[in-house]
Amino acid sequence: MTSTADTLRIATRPHAGNATELIDGDVHNIVPDTQALFPYLSEHWREHITNTLFKGAPETSYPRWAPTTERPGSELPNWRPAGSDLSVIKRDVLDADGLSFAVLCCTYAIDSLHNPDAAVALARAVNDWQIAEWLDKDERLRATVVVPTQLPAEAAREIDRVGCHPGFVQVGLPVRSSVPYGSRLHAPLWEAISRNSLVGAIHFGGAPGTPPTPSGWPSYYLEEHVGMAQVFQTQVVSLVTEGVFDLHPDLRVVLLEAGVTWMGPFLWRFDKEWRNLRRLVPWVKRAPSAYVRDHIRLTIQPVDAPPSDVHLRQAIEQIGSDEMLVYASDYPHRHASEPSRVLSVVTESHAARIRSANARALWRLA
Amino acid sequence: MVATRQSPPQTASDASPSTVPLTFGASRSAASTRPALIDCDLHNELHGDVLALVPYLSDRWKRHLETFGGRSPAGGFYPRFMDHREDARPPSGRRAGSEVAFTRSQYLDPFRVAYGILIPLSPAASQQNHEFGAALAKACNDWQVAEWLDPEPRLRASIVVPIEAPDLAVAEIRRRASDPRFVQVQFTGRPQEPMGRRKYWPIYEACQEYGLKVISHAFGSYGQPITGAGWPSFYLEDHVGPAQAMQANIISLVAEGVFDRFPDLKVISVENGAGWLPSLMWRLDASWSLLREEVPHLQMAPSEYVRRHIWTTTQPMEEPHQPHQFDEFIEQLGSLADHILFASDYPHWDADQPDEAFPIRLAPELEHKIYYGNAAALYGLGETQ
Amino acid sequence: MARHVVAQVGEIPPGGRKVVDLDGHSVGVFHVEGEYFALLNWCPHQGARLCEGRLWSGLEGDVPGDYRTRTDRTVIACMYHGWEFDLRTGRSVCEPERLRVRTYEVTVEPDHPSDQDGSTLGRLSRTNATAHTFPVTVEHGNIVVDLRRTPISATVLGTPGARSEGNIDITLIPVEGSIHSGGAI
Repeated sequence: MTSTADTLRIATRPHAGNATELIDGDVHNIVPDTQALFPYLSEHWREHITNTLFKGAPETSYPRWAPTTERPGSELPNWRPAGSDLSVIKRDVLDADGLSFAVLCCTYAIDSLHNPDAAVALARAVNDWQIAEWLDKDERLRATVVVPTQLPAEAAREIDRVGCHPGFVQVGLPVRSSVPYGSRLHAPLWEAISRNSLVGAIHFGGAPGTPPTPSGWPSYYLEEHVGMAQVFQTQVVSLVTEGVFDLHPDLRVVLLEAGVTWMGPFLWRFDKEWRNLRRLVPWVKRAPSAYVRDHIRLTIQPVDAPPSDVHLRQAIEQIGSDEMLVYASDYPHRHASEPSRVLSVVTESHAARIRSANARALWRLA
Repeated sequence: MVATRQSPPQTASDASPSTVPLTFGASRSAASTRPALIDCDLHNELHGDVLALVPYLSDRWKRHLETFGGRSPAGGFYPRFMDHREDARPPSGRRAGSEVAFTRSQYLDPFRVAYGILIPLSPAASQQNHEFGAALAKACNDWQVAEWLDPEPRLRASIVVPIEAPDLAVAEIRRRASDPRFVQVQFTGRPQEPMGRRKYWPIYEACQEYGLKVISHAFGSYGQPITGAGWPSFYLEDHVGPAQAMQANIISLVAEGVFDRFPDLKVISVENGAGWLPSLMWRLDASWSLLREEVPHLQMAPSEYVRRHIWTTTQPMEEPHQPHQFDEFIEQLGSLADHILFASDYPHWDADQPDEAFPIRLAPELEHKIYYGNAAALYGLGETQ
Repeated sequence: MARHVVAQVGEIPPGGRKVVDLDGHSVGVFHVEGEYFALLNWCPHQGARLCEGRLWSGLEGDVPGDYRTRTDRTVIACMYHGWEFDLRTGRSVCEPERLRVRTYEVTVEPDHPSDQDGSTLGRLSRTNATAHTFPVTVEHGNIVVDLRRTPISATVLGTPGARSEGNIDITLIPVEGSIHSGGAI
């Protein structure tokens, strides 16, 4: 397996905005266990978790031992989950790849907690844990605010509480939601994201309790892994159709771990349906593809690459903009191809945008 | 080889095109000079909702219909936009597409349709009362025979079955299997479970036994949210959604090993678009390359199952942002271009006009395949004159 | 090409339309509150008879839930797929820069010169002459569509099996490869 670093490592520490600079837009920092959150939980929740069956969010979108969850070399001793140790991420990601920034995406399954008070308490604890144990310890790190998306007003409160911390650049939104994110039920969430100049980070997974396909629950993890791309498509349709970008003209959204090659043909269909049905949503004033190109970005791991470089290049060009793709390793998750595959088929200037310029613009990194 | 399309086998009407309200302005001249086509999504509509089926229901189910009516899982409907094409309403004033004579004179004859595959959108599959759903399905199939297949020899039909009650569905399939004009069994676009699930295997077993195809026609729901992220708000979202639903169902059919169990099964995606096929195959193979231990029953890469077992119809036509991207799409399909079937969706508001459907001019050989050859091979309708 | 007398005033009531054949081209003539418009009866999407579609008010919105009816603007929605075109300009509502339907100049010419000041049509003529691109005159009480200033290309209706110009309009205008739109990012 070709190492990302082999292809992308740069000889010297890059300057900000340098054409060879590398920014990693998707690195997962994992909560090792609920004990790790104890310093950030109230006495009530510490006691409750200690004495009851409740041990924190049990769900995960990444089965513990699936071959996609921990890439070779990322495993930690003593059964600790990969991605839970900052020193390893420093060594194997930040330093190895010569990153100027890495954007952490913590996917702790707050959305799986139906008890609203537990959800709020755990979200606060996870965010305080991220500040103290990640952001404060390496200036190259940026992080994702974890919120109870199932409770938009509570989510907004948490965003307002920690959103002003300069280390937080985005709010995590599991792509699998019980109601699409464009719905007016989610209005407080987008208002808070917008108010705090953060990015809406829609990421792989989620545990809302509703099925992950329009035909109910599939049998295999493989199906959810493949089918997550369709859920991302649903969220893009929802955000544009329901006018989130018309309400928040400066809003930025990034799709993390969504795949890339579906986007072009998806936009053909979405634009077509808009031409047909625009009268139902007259606030959608331009083609959906124009909204997407202005407001939505994609990380390039995974890319869902075809065997042929020609087809991969076609698929990337079909997206219709060289400002949309953002480099990411998706550490510690494992995928079928390396992000260097994308960089190898695009032009030099496009590759430079993918490595850093698009990330800087998206997260306003400086 | 560039084969020529054959002439329509029999024309049951001599209606002169000049006397027929032809909506597609200039198509008449094009249709009159091009070869005939096979339309793989032609809707025979039930007038008056299910009133059309009343003559075909037993007294027991007539009483049920009059007393309780149909009951489908509530809460899945959106304020829509246009109804069926207004010009397709027959002179009787009944619903567009509800009378074979008008479909014949407005569409089959002037557009040189050699064969049309009927897909009725009946409420049978969505009934909560499965016995009633089975009764509606049987009535719908009897109605198709009496009012469509018997009067019009160019037509073939889909067997309507209560898919959520597979034992009843299989009984209906057996009832129709001896009539060669029934060529396939119809699923809704969003069944209650992913299409590959064990629940539906008896249906596929029967299809394989009788050489029937399976189609999944866009839309519908059995009560579950119509996306993997819950219920959206607008009909526009519902109308983009079938592409996502069909992908989920193809993923399921492949992952469950349905095509290993039923190696002769052929599944046709109708009205779901096709632009998503290349990236879906790439993603399937990419995920499977790492997760294959979970599905050791698969004998080959997922994309290979798709290439062998999945067909798609053209409507709604993909309209790329730049014309050359349509060529790229065809190129990426590779061998799957042999599985693309022309479909109009007549008489719905979003139907494609046969002579103006494609955003580019197709190469003659490909054009022949899509308009005729691929469907002729799939349905055994004869390739040459 | 010549001017064609297509109707008598009064023949097309307000809100009504008449589809006529002019030099082999199907054209829809519309009467909207005293103004007359003419469009080629050919949707540039898939060649449907556009002029048989429904007339709607213009509809705009700024934010979700905002449905602003523009009674000063009439659009026709194709019976197939619902694509909207502004009756006055022929331009697509969705993509006005990329896509338009051919429009024709419509004139209403006076029956008698002496009628000009007193007749309804005469008043319409003065009211609308500067408001739109379809000057109204009166000639023997006839509505006249003038094809001279907007000659029809012989290729519009197409040779059998060929693409129409309209369809090419949709697809040939390239999307910019790199969007520097001043959007959110």
